[in-house]
Amino acid sequence: MAGPEIKAPPYREIPVPPALQPDATVGIKSFVANEKIQEAIGFQGKLADNWQETHDKAIGHFGTLLSKYRSLRVYMDACVHCGSCTDKCHYFLGSGDPKNMPVARQDLMRSVYRRYFTPAGKLFPSLVGARDLTQEVLDEWYTYFYQCSECRRCSVFCPYGIDTAEITMAAREVLDHVGYGQKYTNEILGKVTKIGNNLGLPGPALLDTLQGLEEDVKDETGVDVKYPLDVKGADVLLVTPSADFFAEPHIESLIGYGKVFHAAGQSWTLSTLASEAGNFGMFVGNYDLLRKIALRIREAALELGVKRIVVGECGHAWRVAYAFWNTLTGVGAGGKDPFAIELQNQLDPHFKQPTHICEYTWDLIQQGRLHFDKEANDHRVITFHDSCNVARASRMGDYPGGQFDIPRHIIKAVANKFVDMAPETIHEKTFCCGGGGGVLSDDLIDIRVKGALPRMEAFQRVVDEHGVNFLALICAICKAQFTKVVPYYGFKSSMVGGVHQLVSTAIKLGNEQ
Amino acid sequence: MSLFFAILFYVATAVFVAGLAYKIASFARTPAPLSIPTTPAPTTTGGVVLRMFREVVFFESLFKGNLWIWIFAAAFHFGLALVVVRHLRYFIEPVWFWVEFAQPFGMYAGFAMAGGLAGLWARRFLVDRVRYISTVSDHLMLALLLVIGTSGLGMKFLVHTDVVAVKTFFLGLMRFDIQPLPAHPGLYVHLLCVALLMIVFPFSKLLHAPGIFFSPSRNQADNPRETRHLAAWAAKMEAKN
Repeated sequence: MAGPEIKAPPYREIPVPPALQPDATVGIKSFVANEKIQEAIGFQGKLADNWQETHDKAIGHFGTLLSKYRSLRVYMDACVHCGSCTDKCHYFLGSGDPKNMPVARQDLMRSVYRRYFTPAGKLFPSLVGARDLTQEVLDEWYTYFYQCSECRRCSVFCPYGIDTAEITMAAREVLDHVGYGQKYTNEILGKVTKIGNNLGLPGPALLDTLQGLEEDVKDETGVDVKYPLDVKGADVLLVTPSADFFAEPHIESLIGYGKVFHAAGQSWTLSTLASEAGNFGMFVGNYDLLRKIALRIREAALELGVKRIVVGECGHAWRVAYAFWNTLTGVGAGGKDPFAIELQNQLDPHFKQPTHICEYTWDLIQQGRLHFDKEANDHRVITFHDSCNVARASRMGDYPGGQFDIPRHIIKAVANKFVDMAPETIHEKTFCCGGGGGVLSDDLIDIRVKGALPRMEAFQRVVDEHGVNFLALICAICKAQFTKVVPYYGFKSSMVGGVHQLVSTAIKLGNEQ
Repeated sequence: MSLFFAILFYVATAVFVAGLAYKIASFARTPAPLSIPTTPAPTTTGGVVLRMFREVVFFESLFKGNLWIWIFAAAFHFGLALVVVRHLRYFIEPVWFWVEFAQPFGMYAGFAMAGGLAGLWARRFLVDRVRYISTVSDHLMLALLLVIGTSGLGMKFLVHTDVVAVKTFFLGLMRFDIQPLPAHPGLYVHLLCVALLMIVFPFSKLLHAPGIFFSPSRNQADNPRETRHLAAWAAKMEAKN
């Protein structure tokens, strides 16, 4: 445990950008993946002994990515160094390291782009900030592109919409390609591709957990709420982050989903094959892995014959499900090719495919099909943290911004005391929890604590002014990150929980009188 | 000198047009395999057009991001736009009525343009974050634009040049008939820098101008559940299944 010597940065009296502290976080470097981890997911095992070989391979792959991704190509050229993004990254605000300013992080890669792919950089490198790719540059990529949580906050404020996440993904993809991967993310990618979920829980363990859960809920409520697994012919397939099966407070939300399905009389199932909503393939920008992992959901849906796919509380997973699944797997609508039609004919077109669990629950609440004892949540004063991938990379409901309203509507339907944090820290301007995008690793705890600063400042204010004691979340990574990090800021881990945990507390299961 | 400038402008125009066409083609050719609009985003094409309009004309995202940069950038770009309109009279005969109408505004727009540039440049020295990210070319680009602006203002308000002859020169250029250019040091500086700007345009960060129209986070509609979004190289992977 690196715990004791790592301290939370002090709150800023007036929230102005910090003074630059060059190299403040240059030493925070996550463990590098070993050969076994790398090769298990099809990457080169380690860096070549000969630098020239690594250099050529990296530049070659960079070129390939430039031809495959318009985002990367345009974003490499379009930046004017205006500075609008410089004070928007939570890691910069928490650390002061200038390389955590989005534009400076991008420039780590852009400088190499200019040198090898533009006439100006080839002819006048020092004039345009171009530089050769060296071992030092590659090390710098590794360090700082794993201090980015791909939260897209910078892209909101960029006049050209430049999204550092796209550049981070590309840089990580180049690093993986030359054998320089991150242990945390790539190890998890190995587990999900081999076993079916990020935690590496095999089918029997899953079944065991779910049965235990049924007993717990029965003990607590006296009602037989089921948590079915691999039920063929069920109407709904619930795909949820695997942390929901055992981690605290995640499991409280899983209990909540089950209660909602029970109260609605919904036929539903979980799947061993699709026991993971998360998709770390996105974090490392690897389309093959992203697709391979997503295809498990398609496979499970076809095999079980479900009519509807619902996704549990998870930020990046919802981004992948909402924005990428239709592309990757055909879960969605509007497909005209046989691959998509095969699945889309099976799914019920009356529902949005996939559906977020919050959309699902809110629909039922609007139809008057769920009933709550709101007073059961009266011991809580609740605030809601918009997860970055839900806020800035996806949507819920029928209109832009529904992703902000629906979770809040649910909270207000199940609890009496709700208060929002400061407007410049919520909705599309929300701050990352500090642990997203492949940063949720113990070896990065220092940057995780620093990156949580802006969110913790806003949280502290509602705690002080309104007595808030519950931080409601809809993301497995946010839950894990805050549980670990809030104690550094003087809060109890038990203040952190899921939106469906609140639903779970208040929902009436039909046995009350 | 007239011949030198004539050749310079032919070269500059060729580089500008060919270079820009090449870059735009490369932006357009590169596929966008995934749906990645920064949300909340419009759900329809009409909505996207409106969002793009707000970005291009009002710099909406920059306004959210930093008010000082927005003020200076708006002053510069709006100034520049009016100045360009004003300069159209050197290339058309008879002058269109709306170009005629814009003449007096264009005159003052020159000051807005120079003032905006000065503000943007000052930030590169005064704000430590912006100083950190500034490269030599960032400074040179501002210098180049500022020289263009001030030399232009100089000719308007201090040492006039023979604008009728300048117009004759450019109208001649467009017919491949080289006419004499007035011998005026301010004019030489002005035109030299404009030609230079045209030449560096396709190789520099000035590509932000076409770039924004191709930015997937801004030009995509938020409709991935309703529409299957598939790049050609990604579709090939399905054929293998």
